[in-house]
Amino acid sequence: FKSTKERKPKKKQNVSADGENQEEKVTSGSDSGLRVSSQVDEYEQDTSDEEDIRNTVGNIPMEWYKDYPHIGYDLDGKKIFKPIRNKDELDEFLDKMENPDYWRTIHDKMTGTDVCLSDEQVDLVHRLQQGKFGDVNFNEYEPAIDFFSNEVMIHPVTNRPADKRSFIPSLIEKEKVGKLVHAIKMGWIKPRRPKETAPQYYDLWAKEDPNAILGRHKMHIPAPKMRLPGHEESYNPPPEYLLTDEERQVWEQQDPDERKLSFLPQKYLSLRAVPAFSRFIQERFERCLDLYLCPRQRKMRVNVNPEDLIPKLPRPRDLQPFPTLQSLVYHGHSSLIRSISISPSGQWLVSGSDDCTVRFWEVCTTRCLKTMEVGGPVKSVAWNPAPSISLVAVSYGENVILVNPGLGDRLICSATDQLISSYEEPEEVKDQQVQWAVPEGKAQEQGQRLILTHPKAVKQVSWHGRGDYLACVMPDDGSSLQVVIHQVSRRRTQNPFHRNKGAVQCVSFHPSRPYFLVATQRYVRVYNLIKQELTKKLMANCKWISSMAVHPGGDNVICGSYDCRLAWFDLDLSTKPYKVLRHHKKALRGVAYHKHYPLFASGSDDGTVIVCHGMVYNVTACFCFSSLALSHISFYSVREWCVSIFSPQLFGLIDVYIANHIYSNLGCIVTITLPTLSSSQVRKASSSFALTLHCPKL
Amino acid sequence: MGGLQKKKYESGSATNYISRNKARKKLSLSLADFRRLCILKGIYPHEPKHKKKVNKGSTAQRTFYLLKDIRFLMHEPIVGKFREYKIFVRKLRKAYGKAEWGTAEKLRGNKPGYKLDHIIKERYPTFIDALRDVDDALSMCFLFSTFPRTGKCHVQTIELCRRLSVEWMNYIITLRSLRKVFLSIKGIYYQAEVLGQIITWLVPYQFAHDHPTDVDYRVMATFTELYTTLLGFINFRLYQTLNLVYPPKLDGKGEEESRAESEEDYAMDSERYMEKLSALSASLVRVVSTAEAEEAELDHFPAEGEDGEKLAERLKARQDQDRQEKLFEGLKFFLNREVPRESLAFVLRCFGAQVSWDKSLCIGSTYDVTDETITHHVVDRPSLEKQYINRYYVQPQWVYDCVNARMLLPVEDYFVGVTLPPHLSPFVEEKEGDYVPPEKLKLLALQKGERPEQEEEEEEEDNDDSEEEEDEDQSDDEDELKGMEEKQALGKASSVKVTPGEAKPVNRQRAEQEAKAEEKRLAVMMMKKRDKYLYDKIMFGKKRSVREANKMSAKRKALDEASKANKKKKLKK
Repeated sequence: FKSTKERKPKKKQNVSADGENQEEKVTSGSDSGLRVSSQVDEYEQDTSDEEDIRNTVGNIPMEWYKDYPHIGYDLDGKKIFKPIRNKDELDEFLDKMENPDYWRTIHDKMTGTDVCLSDEQVDLVHRLQQGKFGDVNFNEYEPAIDFFSNEVMIHPVTNRPADKRSFIPSLIEKEKVGKLVHAIKMGWIKPRRPKETAPQYYDLWAKEDPNAILGRHKMHIPAPKMRLPGHEESYNPPPEYLLTDEERQVWEQQDPDERKLSFLPQKYLSLRAVPAFSRFIQERFERCLDLYLCPRQRKMRVNVNPEDLIPKLPRPRDLQPFPTLQSLVYHGHSSLIRSISISPSGQWLVSGSDDCTVRFWEVCTTRCLKTMEVGGPVKSVAWNPAPSISLVAVSYGENVILVNPGLGDRLICSATDQLISSYEEPEEVKDQQVQWAVPEGKAQEQGQRLILTHPKAVKQVSWHGRGDYLACVMPDDGSSLQVVIHQVSRRRTQNPFHRNKGAVQCVSFHPSRPYFLVATQRYVRVYNLIKQELTKKLMANCKWISSMAVHPGGDNVICGSYDCRLAWFDLDLSTKPYKVLRHHKKALRGVAYHKHYPLFASGSDDGTVIVCHGMVYNVTACFCFSSLALSHISFYSVREWCVSIFSPQLFGLIDVYIANHIYSNLGCIVTITLPTLSSSQVRKASSSFALTLHCPKL
Repeated sequence: MGGLQKKKYESGSATNYISRNKARKKLSLSLADFRRLCILKGIYPHEPKHKKKVNKGSTAQRTFYLLKDIRFLMHEPIVGKFREYKIFVRKLRKAYGKAEWGTAEKLRGNKPGYKLDHIIKERYPTFIDALRDVDDALSMCFLFSTFPRTGKCHVQTIELCRRLSVEWMNYIITLRSLRKVFLSIKGIYYQAEVLGQIITWLVPYQFAHDHPTDVDYRVMATFTELYTTLLGFINFRLYQTLNLVYPPKLDGKGEEESRAESEEDYAMDSERYMEKLSALSASLVRVVSTAEAEEAELDHFPAEGEDGEKLAERLKARQDQDRQEKLFEGLKFFLNREVPRESLAFVLRCFGAQVSWDKSLCIGSTYDVTDETITHHVVDRPSLEKQYINRYYVQPQWVYDCVNARMLLPVEDYFVGVTLPPHLSPFVEEKEGDYVPPEKLKLLALQKGERPEQEEEEEEEDNDDSEEEEDEDQSDDEDELKGMEEKQALGKASSVKVTPGEAKPVNRQRAEQEAKAEEKRLAVMMMKKRDKYLYDKIMFGKKRSVREANKMSAKRKALDEASKANKKKKLKK
């Protein structure tokens, strides 16, 4: 392939060659500037100018003369005529075939002649093509002679005398150096620091100095370590640690801060399948933030045994007697029982209910001895505490009736009747706010002895210990007539207060001293009835007092309130509660004191009655039982041997809880089963010795 | 009597605290520098007791530092270095701005740097203090060593982290102090005991990270700067205690032999040494070439106030530990190419096993697959074509479970293609009342030396029977009750009569219990308000944990039953 390529240009040259190159040769041989000859003439060798200028047209495209007979002008300004060319393709071909110098013949466009190159010229072309020097004799690698070297020669290269500046120190340099020195002195420039050669790590704690432990280190709180992972973080956890679909949904909906687990537990069948954890860098970053941004604090972990927190109280068993067992149920009322009261002899019980009846019961047998219908739902009943009088005050609507039930001692009953009927009208009749009337006919037969008609509805009645005075409460926020005190023997009524001090909730006479206690919403006021002044104002720390009871000793008062509190006042100590108990979950409705034992009970809307054993040094809850909604409770405390509590229930039942051991002393336990009680209640009440008494509905 | 009037906020807690911004101004540092300083010096904010007082009456949210801490920071020489660096940056910027390349070059030559040696010494005055705090340092170094060498942080840091973590691993191998390993979904947790300190660190799986955008890498880098310094010094000291050469050198015996041709393909000359070190297959050179029989029996002295029992206990614990350290002694492992090589090599070598892998997988393999003496071949693929007879083919979890169980578990559960038993966390120590997964119970039984598998099934059957019986009992009771109620209904119709009652058997124990419970209930009622609150809180927590445990066990029971039913179905089919 190479060879053919070399040949090609030759052929081209051959083609352009002419048949009449013989005569051309002669001229080119003598005049060609390309020819290297050894002529003496200096100007003949000079190639600086355009060499052989026979045609003066200059460097123009020769096509312009294509259509003319001449090809340009010579130095004398005469036309140079084109040689007569009669060569055609065939001539050309023949020339190429026959002429051995065809390859070195070129066509000179300027003169229109063919020139045959000499051997030297061809050689020169070859050399130039190879990138060599044109001159064969030129040695490009001649040894260089360094004249201006460090070696001092005997003879100077030049004879020039040395400059003055070559032996005088340079001022400019001096200035520059001075500046640098100054800069270094001033610390503006610092010399390059030497590279450190000391090893990067060494034994830092080679000498552990005990003095190095400063107060700082003692105060320092080390960061808590990362929490160690649990089973749920395993790549193959036990199946119960995986979240179910619901749990997963919950997890996804939760705020990231609220989540219990910061990741979703996942199970992979093999280690190969475990991917990278996408939050790895974040978690590490969060740890970093915690380390330098979180305030640290030493927190004392409360490491208490919860059992130690429970106060050490005497065992309830040691505080007996107190009621523990439900033993009697009084059945008869058809609606809610509002109030109950026990006769001073302890034999009888009176109850008033919303079904507009008052019933009298024998306590021990639960037999209803008498039922009296009144004209409205009964709000309150109270048995006269004087043992020599048999009188019950019953309030319904705006009326209070005094009833002689005619139970018990005949003499007492008749004495009571006499007492009431012996009343003589005074001479001058005062205008009273309460109408006193004597009932007639059926009412009289039923035992009603007096009817007191009040201007407003009466909520509560309360007897004085002697049995002559009766206080009635007519709660009304806006009026000064809220409490009236009646004297039964003289049928007189008086309004002790002229000013309204808030809605009165309940009142009570002091058992031994001439005090009168009035409970308003927040305070209990103690009035001295003789001096007619306010003695004390007890601040019950509660919102709304519901009930109040005075201890028979007279020194202690308890108040129940609708905000679940029971406040215990010691009248000797302070006007603030000595103790506030919050045992109940709902509003208290009734509180009661036992006459002999240090017991008090509270009944609440949450359906429980709590009996507490309260001594001055501590209070112990003894017993708690549940019943349905309660309205009023009272202790049965007449006979010393019997401690029981009455708690009227919704739907007209009165439960009686009796101290267990009293009955055990008696040697037997009697369960009275009423048809409304379920078998489970029977079981609860029964003991190992049981006798079941079936009785019909009372 | 008069004296000066006291002004507010001029004494007491208001003067003991300083807000972050004020502290920053006091130190005349930028926020970034202040942050860096706090990280390096280990200064953390404090929560004042009375925030409003400290905040001079304002309730705005502020971070407070102790004034004492800030005063302490003022003496820190590094603060000066920070300022110098700031000036340097300013000068350099100026030089570049003016295109004074020579000045810039000169400045760069004098780039101010700082060392953290004194800070480490100051923060951790004793070596044990430093060891105690090395957890986070290790986790961070292991994380950084897996970062790509592009962006995010300096290549030098990554290389240093890699070097330090490899040194640490080599140390743990030499000491044989690895205790627990846990494969979690986050990464692999390792726990080792070094000089009595329990050290736990987390290594991510070998995957590329997708770098989050909400992470400040400067903070991480500052921490890493501190941690690399700390870890370097710790490593040096630890190597010294074991008489090892630091920086670590591989044992000379293997040096020439292992210069096989394949290594040239694997790593460049400059990197080969590091790579070989990180292959974890060869042991390290000691300063004093100790004889093999250094295992002189230690004398045991009872510590002060320690009785014989405790001593015996301690001795036993020591023996257990020794046994664990030699768990894989004499076993020869071969790792297939799909298992995590570094982790397994590390764990196996920590317990005395010989380990190798395919030559093309990594540098430093010591024997070939064809070696007849290989006892265990770790495989993590569903099936294997060519199997040798005289070796077990186990899945990688076997190794980790064995380490955590401190004994060689039966290999049957871990054969190739077998569904693996759950992998439990060795860090969980169940207290009384906590939920314990049944696998853990099984493991505990195994550790005691029982083989409970067959018995368990029988037990399960027994349980079923007894449950059925109970059900029957209950139904009997109900029948009786019904009968009684009917009788009572009949009795209602009749008039008064007295019948001999039935003596009800009284369960004295139960009655007593009930009485006690009632007593307690009443006592709880009588509690003081303050105590009650605490009591309620404690009881709430207890109840919740019990509830959770119950929930877990119920879940497990349901799952087990479901799987049983599935099995039965399959069998029937």
